[in-house]
Parts: sequence; structure tokens; C-alpha cells
Amino acid sequence: MLGRYIKSVGIAELLLALSVLILVVVVAVPVLLIVWTALFVDGQLNIKDIVMVLSEPDTYEALKNSLVIAGGVTFLSTIIGVFFAWLVSRTDLPFKNTMKLLFLIPFMLPSFIGALAWKMLLSPRSGYVNKFLMNTFGLEDSPFDIYGLIGIIAVETMYLFPFVFIQVSGALERMDPTLEESARISGAGLLTITRKITLPLMLPSIVAGALLVALYSLAHFGVPAILGTEVGIYNIPTKIYERIYQSAGSFDAIRTGTILSSILVISAGLILYAQSFILKAGRFQVIAGKSMRPTLLKLRGLKMPLLVLSILYIAITVILPTVTIFMVGSLKTYGLEFNLENMTLDNLTYILFDWKMTKDAIWNSFYLSLAAAFVTMLVGTLISYVIVKMKVRGKFILEFLGVLPFSLPGTVIALGVILMWSGKFGINLYNTAWIIFVAYVARYMAFSLKSNSAALEQVHDSLEEAARACGATHWQALKDIVIPLIKPGMVAAFFLIFLPALRELTTSVLLYGPTTRTIGVAIYTLNEDGETVYAAALASIALVIIVVGQLVIKRITRSNVEGV
Amino acid sequence: MSYVKLQNITKRFGSVVAVNDLSIEIEKGECFSMLGPSGCGKTTTLRMLAGFEDLDEGEISVGEQLFSSSHKGYYLPPEKRNFGMVFQAFAVWPHLNVFNNVAFPLQIRGLSRAEIGERTKSAILHTGLARYENAYPNELSSGQKQRIALARAIAINPAVMLLDEPLSNLDPKLREEMRFEIKDLQRKFGFTIVFVTHDQSEAMALSDRILVMRDGVAQQIDTPLNIYTKPANRFIFSFIGLSNFLPVVVKKGSVYIEGVEDSGPVSKTLPDGVSSDRLTLACRPSEVDLVKSGGVKAIVKRKVYLGEIIDYRIMVGGTEVRVQKGRRSTHFAEGDTCCLKFSRPIWYPGD
Repeated sequence: MLGRYIKSVGIAELLLALSVLILVVVVAVPVLLIVWTALFVDGQLNIKDIVMVLSEPDTYEALKNSLVIAGGVTFLSTIIGVFFAWLVSRTDLPFKNTMKLLFLIPFMLPSFIGALAWKMLLSPRSGYVNKFLMNTFGLEDSPFDIYGLIGIIAVETMYLFPFVFIQVSGALERMDPTLEESARISGAGLLTITRKITLPLMLPSIVAGALLVALYSLAHFGVPAILGTEVGIYNIPTKIYERIYQSAGSFDAIRTGTILSSILVISAGLILYAQSFILKAGRFQVIAGKSMRPTLLKLRGLKMPLLVLSILYIAITVILPTVTIFMVGSLKTYGLEFNLENMTLDNLTYILFDWKMTKDAIWNSFYLSLAAAFVTMLVGTLISYVIVKMKVRGKFILEFLGVLPFSLPGTVIALGVILMWSGKFGINLYNTAWIIFVAYVARYMAFSLKSNSAALEQVHDSLEEAARACGATHWQALKDIVIPLIKPGMVAAFFLIFLPALRELTTSVLLYGPTTRTIGVAIYTLNEDGETVYAAALASIALVIIVVGQLVIKRITRSNVEGV
Repeated sequence: MSYVKLQNITKRFGSVVAVNDLSIEIEKGECFSMLGPSGCGKTTTLRMLAGFEDLDEGEISVGEQLFSSSHKGYYLPPEKRNFGMVFQAFAVWPHLNVFNNVAFPLQIRGLSRAEIGERTKSAILHTGLARYENAYPNELSSGQKQRIALARAIAINPAVMLLDEPLSNLDPKLREEMRFEIKDLQRKFGFTIVFVTHDQSEAMALSDRILVMRDGVAQQIDTPLNIYTKPANRFIFSFIGLSNFLPVVVKKGSVYIEGVEDSGPVSKTLPDGVSSDRLTLACRPSEVDLVKSGGVKAIVKRKVYLGEIIDYRIMVGGTEVRVQKGRRSTHFAEGDTCCLKFSRPIWYPGD
């Protein structure tokens, strides 16, 4: 018996060691390398350089822009998200359930494709809306200019507000309706209740959603790259990209990148810390005991205007840009009018079957996402199992390392893998697909850990113990009991990684080589090179893949739920 | 003189009739409870009285004031009804401390600071929360949370108090304690109580009158004693306590238990108004006598000691009967033959 006991402890520690090793190599060392490179030159602490880099006007400007953009996007997303969440869960708005699904669509659309569409609609010289308005009203100047901070903030908000929307509408639906009813019976009207009871109770969810938006926007590459670079407006990620590409990857540029990245990591860490702090402080028990429908505010005369407003919002932010991408993607030349004579399917066939660059990009994205999703899912299951289920000493190291990926922006991960895998440690993956693969694993580890640990926490320890009591070995209990039970979580993790990886831009754009473009990179570089029509055609293919992917996930996750 | 009046109220959710043509009259100062299994419409009725649900038919009024009326299209919103109400899940606001939770209804009414302070303190004192005035709900136990809800409800000194299963989230010991406290508060403040519960002993302990409901229809409105001793139908009989039902047949003016007609009749007189020759005998396990001879023949199947009482399962004819006797009574062993005497049988129509 004793021998056997010792043996099983051995396995546990082996698993722990393996999980720690993977996280260290994939996540921790790259981050340490960034901080090290930022702080030390030739092995010596060098603060002076850091101050110098940060006081250069254009890095300083990038920092400021990142803050302004993140601040603006967070503010607007919070207002829009809270308003629509309240509208669909607390009022008698018609078609609420449909509207709720519609408000989630921007989530699955890549924001850089949205930015591309808005550029086509609202760029001052050639934007279709501008041209239309100028012709119709005989204007001298174009009425809109999408380039610049305001344009960037507006477009990012369109795609990021669902973070707040999901958090708040979820919290509103889970909230115990008697909390509001007891205020009502106490004599308070609906407005007073909203102000004094509902909003204060929702505050933690609102702040949590807002911080997610801030975290995402601060480190976002796509929209500022498309709508800012052209007019000389950079945020931190686009500045890092510009420096590295201008100097063809010189050490100086990479060092500036690491300094700016360190700032991103620190801000992300602060944001996540603030979030966990707020969630802990505000963990009110507002979950309903028995389900009762909450009292809905009767909109009366405002019903139709608010419905029209919601539909208009969806039409402008989702349908208009999507349609624009498809229309421009089938134009013979960019700038032509939209009529059947000017339309063609040649762009699509050329991109899909004839042009090696785009064919490669689609293929690269597919196999890289597939491989990264599969590996990250498995590794994530292993690490989550050790974190959630095993009682091993030294687990806290893993818990700390496990939180790390959550706070790493894509740009930072890209720089980290460049430092780690470009020959410094004997392995040079630069310009190969492998470096993108490693970066994807690091970037999406957080998703896998989240989904897998959530699934594992649902599996009560006694289920595994019951299997052991029936005579199963640890491995048999795992294989026959635990894994079948967490399979939905694993499948969810796979798709949570596969779909975003398919359209990834921020990380890939710093890592791609001549033959390793991904779909995102190809769309971005086509747009940079002025091949707007081909960029739009490839973007429309990407959109079709994304929509089909989402439908497949829905089917699979639904049948999974039915299975359990 | 009835005070709270619900007249012919009906409520439908889609095609489901949640409450069907229900009429209740409650007197001032009465403690009236609505009892029934979940889904029987008792909570819906209370929510219509509170104003959270509209009526499809009928009228609700309290005193001289009309609250809801379907045919007049009139509906007074809950915040104008001046009720005190306590919910099952406590519904105390986690972002406000005890004082502010209790003061909320007074603040809404725009009273002066001094008066709010005075009345809040009094309500807190009466519910035994004086030490916790500045505590937040998540620092308190569930019993204390329910006391906050009670204090908040009595703060405005309401004429009518609505209680929606206020005790079912508490543990059994606390539940019994709170029954007395609610009763004491009622004596002190003189409000009328309308109480919803699925727990029959709670309804018995608290109420002056009980309404038993099933599938949205009133079954019986009566005092606790009458509900227990004279249940109007089989459903109430079985809902209100432990129960046995035995099929019986009527032959030549006497009543026999089916299958054991040879051991003699259980009753030589027919219950009033019987026309059918098949009936059901209903009895409580404690109201069956277990004797050596001189009753209906039966066999002891199972015997379980429950401390103070002994719980027998006994086969009579083809039916199993549950009998509970004090531990000092004559014992029978499993497998023994015995005789049953039914001291207070109640008759319902046969199956």
C-alpha cells in the first residue's frame, strides 16, 4: 500500500512539473525577456535609456493616444452597453430576444475588418458615404473624416461594447427580482428604484465590463493601424509595429518595443487587479432564489422609437459595414460606382484559386489555428486539472503562472516570442510558421484555462473519489469519469481558440515572414499596399468562414449540452 | 366586517389558469394564510394583492379603497398600496446597511430626518437588531437578514402585512422562533397578515383562518382546527398531515373494508348522504387503535422505533396502513396478526 501511495504522489508531481515547464517556456520566459531587455543593456540596469525612450515625442504621443483611445472607447462602450442591456432585460421592448442576439454579433466580427469597411465609407476623399453626400447636397468638402482619434474611438466602440452588454444583461437577468419588488412595495417608483437599487447593485458588473473594454482597447492593433497610421496617429501597439518594421527588426527598435510593452503589461496587470478587487468587494448575493419574472418597465409611447433606434444601431454598425465589404470585394476597381456592370466574381476566384499569397494565407491560418487550438486545449486541460483538482505542494507557482496569460496583450506576446525564439537559446524559429504557432499557444492559453477550469470546477471531487473507491486507478478515473464530464468545456475551449486565431492580426503582424502570412495579415498588407478591392474580397471570405464557424460551434455545443 | 376583499379574481398565464374565480374576505387584524403545494396559485394571488400582477377578472379592495379592478380597468401600482411585505429570499439590499435598508420606505415617503431616525430605530429595536444598525447584510446570518426584511416592512406601520413564504429559507429551529416573533409583532402593531406557505404546520401555528388551494381553485377556507379535523376533501386530508386511505364497500347498511369483509363492519351506520356502495375511509396514523382482538383483522408488516413513537406498516385486505402508537402501548412484532379499530374515520367518495 505504501509503495503505491508514493507512486501516485510521483505522478502528481510529474504532472505539476510538466505544467509548470510548459507555462514557463511558453509564457513566463518570454515576458521575463521583455522586462529584462527593457531594463538592462549589456547586463547593466539602464534607467536613463527608458526615460529617454519615453520622452521622445512620438513614443510619448503614442502613450497618450493609447490612453485617450482606451478612455474614450471605455466611456462610450459603457454607456451604450448599459443602455442596451437595460433595454433588452428590463423593458417591454418588442422582439427582445432577437435584439439581444443581434447586439452580440459585433463580438464575432473582427474589428479591423470593420475599420476597413468604415474607411471605405467615410474616408474623406474616396469614402462612399462622403461622395454620396457631396454629390447630393453639392458640398465642397467631405462632411466626415474617419481618420483620427474620433474615428478610431467610434469604430472600436462598435465592436467592444458587447463586453459591457454581456456582463450587465447577464447580471440583470440573474438578479433576484424581489430586490426591486421590495423597493416597490416600500413605495419607490421605477425611476427611484433604478437609481437607488438597480444601478448600485449592477455597478460591479458594469465596472467589470468596462475594465475588459479598457484592457482590450489599450492593446488593440487593428483599428488604429487602419484608421490612424495614415494620418500619423499611433497607439502603443502600432508604434511598436512601426518601429520594428522601419528598422527591419533592429535591436534598438525591439528594445523600444520592450519598454512600451512593459508599460502595456503593467497597465493590464493593474486593470486586472482592479477588476478582481472590485468583483470581490462587490460580490453581492443578488442571485435569484426562485425564478420570477421581473417587473418590466412599460415603454408606452417610446416603444417604437426605441425599437427603431436599436435596429438602426445594428443596421449602421453591423449590416452596413458587412455589406460594404462584400460590395467592394466584388468591384472591378476600387472607387467605381456600385452597379452590376462594375461587379465581378473574378476577385474571389483569383484570391481563392490563383494567387499564391492569398491561398497561402488562408491555408496558414487554417492549420495554425487548428494546431494551436488543439494543443492549447490539451495543455490547458492538464494545467487546469493540476490547479483545480490536485493537492500538490508548489501549486501556487502554477496558479500565479496561470493568471499571467490573461494580462498579456498580443503585441507583448509577439515581442516575447521574437526574443525567445530567434536563436538566442539555440532555436531559431523566426520567419517560420512555428513562431506564430508558439505565439498563438501563449496568446490563447488564458481562454483554454478559463474554459477548462470552469468545467473542472463543476465536477465534484466525490465523483472522481467514487471511481477510485470502485477500484479504478487514478488514470482510469480520469479517463472514464473526469474527461467525459469536462468534454463540453474542452470542446468550448477548442473553438474559443480556433475562431479568434483564424482572424488574428495583432500578434501575427509582428511575426509573419515572406511565406507565413495569415488571413489577418494578408488583409492588412493588401490594404496597406492599396489593393483595397482584394483586401475587401479576402475580408468577405474571412467573414463567411467566421459565420459558418459560429454556426458549427452553436450546433456542436448544443448537441453537447443535450448529451449531458 | 371584511377588510381585505378579493372578489372573483382570475389570473391566466397563456393557456394556464393560475387562479380561478377566487373570492376571499379577510378581517382587520386577522392572520390569514394561503396554503397549498407549489404551483397552486397562492403566490400569484398574493402578488395580485400586492400589485405585482394584473388581474384578468375580478376586483381587489382594502377597506374603502379599490386596488385593482378588471372591469373598471383600474390598477393601483404596488408603490401606492402601503403594504408591508416580506419575501422568501429576504430581498434585503446588499449595498445598504441595516439602518438604510429599514429607513428606505420612510425616505421614499419624504419624512423628516428626525422622524425617519426615530421610526427606523424603533423598527430595528422591535426586531432585535439594535446591535447591528450599521452592519451590512452580508455580515449577518439568514435569520438576521429576515429580521431586516421584517423591520423594513413594519417601519411604515402598514395596515396589512404580506408574507411570501418568509420562513422557508431558514433552518427549522429558527423557523419556529420566528413564528412567535411575527405573532408578537402583530399583537404589538395590530396589522392584518396575509401569509403564503406550503408548510401546513406553519399555517396551523400562525393563522386564524387558512385557505387551502389546489390548481388555482380554493378547496376550503376555515380555522386550523376545522381544516385538520374536517377536511372538505381527500386532497386536503392528505395535504394537511400523515394519512391513510382504505377502500370500503357498503353492504346492507353497514360499511366493510374491502377484502376483509369477514372480520365484520368498521361502521354499522352509514355516513350522511351516501348513495354509492363504494367509499374511501380516511384516517390519521395516530387515530387507529391497535388491539389483540375485536376489530378488523390485519398483519404487521414492518415496525420501526422513532423514539417516542412506534411506526407500524400494517396490511389490511390489500392495502397498507400506517399506524403510530406511543412507545408505552402494547407492542406487536413483525408478522403478528392484530386487529385495527378506527376511532375517527372520515368518509370520502370511493375511487
